[in-house]
Amino acid sequence: MKFAIQINSAPWESQACETAYQFSRASLTMGHEIVRIFFYYEGAYNGLRWMSPPDDENPLIRRWSELANEHGVDLTICISAAQRRGLLEQSEAKRLGKSDNDLAEGFRIAGLGLWVDACLKADRLLVFGA
Amino acid sequence: MKNFLFVMRQPPFQGSRIRESMDMIMTVAAFDQCVKILFLDDGVFLLKSNQNPDNPDLKTSTPLFAALELYDVEELWVEGESLAERGLDPSHLILPVRTLGRTEIAFFLAKADIVVNC
Amino acid sequence: MGVLHLVNRSPGETQALAQCLDRAGEGDAILLMQSGVYAAMKHSALASRMEQSIRKVNIHVLAPDLAARGIAAEEVMKGIELISYEGFVNLSISHGPILSWN
Repeated sequence: MKFAIQINSAPWESQACETAYQFSRASLTMGHEIVRIFFYYEGAYNGLRWMSPPDDENPLIRRWSELANEHGVDLTICISAAQRRGLLEQSEAKRLGKSDNDLAEGFRIAGLGLWVDACLKADRLLVFGA
Repeated sequence: MKNFLFVMRQPPFQGSRIRESMDMIMTVAAFDQCVKILFLDDGVFLLKSNQNPDNPDLKTSTPLFAALELYDVEELWVEGESLAERGLDPSHLILPVRTLGRTEIAFFLAKADIVVNC
Repeated sequence: MGVLHLVNRSPGETQALAQCLDRAGEGDAILLMQSGVYAAMKHSALASRMEQSIRKVNIHVLAPDLAARGIAAEEVMKGIELISYEGFVNLSISHGPILSWN
């Protein structure tokens, strides 16, 4: 089975991202495929490189990057959601004359077309978060 | 081609929420997919006529819905009970809509391939 | 194939569950998760509505979210099935499309 996952919440505002992560882990362990995890609305905040929550919180940012490393899961943040919230990856920052790279390891920024693409390739779309 | 159904249940003026949802809808339409929108619960207020037309700081999202026709998104569905519970009927809305009864919603949802709550 | 409805809010937080129960049809499944699991308790605000729905809709609750909130299996309404994340994955396969209510 192929799943597309959409995440709409920031990691600190609800349990939604944690549920999405646990669902993704379980489905990969069971031999299913995650076509893409697409971060939209407040979900764009999941890819912030400089997030520094206390260590005892087992921050999701590290676990997302591990999921991308171990399973090659495509973590895509929507470019328009990211720009609206001030999250820039290096080339886009350069284009806008800014000097930062906000994107954590394993994440990429791309357009909504990749969300549609994931929906078309997957058997199911699951949406997590408000 | 897949059947996409967007379910709108939030009232207007939720920050940029509606605008971002509309971006999704227009992108799907640009990919030549079948797009329907279903307005449920407080979502029916999105289509209410006479919304704040002259305030540039609190822009109404109604022009975005009016523009959907340009993207060939012509199937706007509203649940009759959601309107009636709010003292509204289709004549209070900015666009012509198709009406569904509450007991028909389950079947309507089941026919879609992809359902997105906005 | 029936629809899978995901509900992640308690009945005290939003109307999401009541609104979902109003629309869920024969053969659909509902999964209560996150704060939504409070609605699975025997004495929840929507208990009588839930009991009516259990006859036509399969209602499930995510067990790890119950445990996290200190809710024991005995405190869960009869007719609601406790499932793991693997069970959640299987529900997403046996049902579709999937609609999240907030």
